[in-house]
Amino acid sequence: MLISNLEIIPGKNITEHLGLVQGSTVRSKHVGRDLMAGIKNIFGGELVGYTELLQEAREEAVDRMKQQAQAVGANAIVNVRFSTSSVTQGAAELFAYGSAVILE
Amino acid sequence: MEQFQFQIVLGLVLLVLGYFFGRYFEKKHFESIIQREAELANVVVIASKYTTASDSAKPGMMVTGSVVISVDYFKRFLAMLRTIFGGRVTAYETLLDRARREAILRMKQEAKAMNADRIFNIKLETASISKNASGNIGSVEVLAYGTALINVE
Repeated sequence: MLISNLEIIPGKNITEHLGLVQGSTVRSKHVGRDLMAGIKNIFGGELVGYTELLQEAREEAVDRMKQQAQAVGANAIVNVRFSTSSVTQGAAELFAYGSAVILE
Repeated sequence: MEQFQFQIVLGLVLLVLGYFFGRYFEKKHFESIIQREAELANVVVIASKYTTASDSAKPGMMVTGSVVISVDYFKRFLAMLRTIFGGRVTAYETLLDRARREAILRMKQEAKAMNADRIFNIKLETASISKNASGNIGSVEVLAYGTALINVE
């Protein structure tokens, strides 16, 4: 499965558009991580726990998007976009969407 | 009364800690960013979605980089004061600058590992992931993503 955020894949033609596919996930970390983040809030700097959290969430969202694309018989997803929002304190929603297409 | 005094002392201690550690971490982070930017200068990031004709044989692959960075206690206090008078909030400007550059660097690193030297259609996404009770921004997440064109030999 080819995933790209370009609209046109160089050197390949899109033979069929299969519509929008999307994947989303809401994740939170355990309390210990939140506590560490609270301490880091005093000193400043990277919150490694949250970076990991969002990275995992993003992978999960992309996986779900891929599954949807496979279900409709696509072999590529183009024009992929991400969007993040915080739902509550310590939890984040990651949303990925794109167009499922068949490349020749 | 005693409890009030304790809170003031605690606040001051946090401010001092935030000032020194925050400054130190920020300085170190900027040094590392500048160094890695020089190392990865050969990976070019392009904001256009149109590739050139000569790239038609190169497969594209999505690359991403993300980071969550928190502002320190002292800067948060400064930013709070700034909202009274208005104007540029430099405390948050440097935070966002650090976060964006770091995210782009991580994306470039991923591209380099795939033997790509150009990333097309870069998009940056910023989200504030935690807010404290008074509504101040605690930390920001920046996600950078684009399509890397892989050089195949």
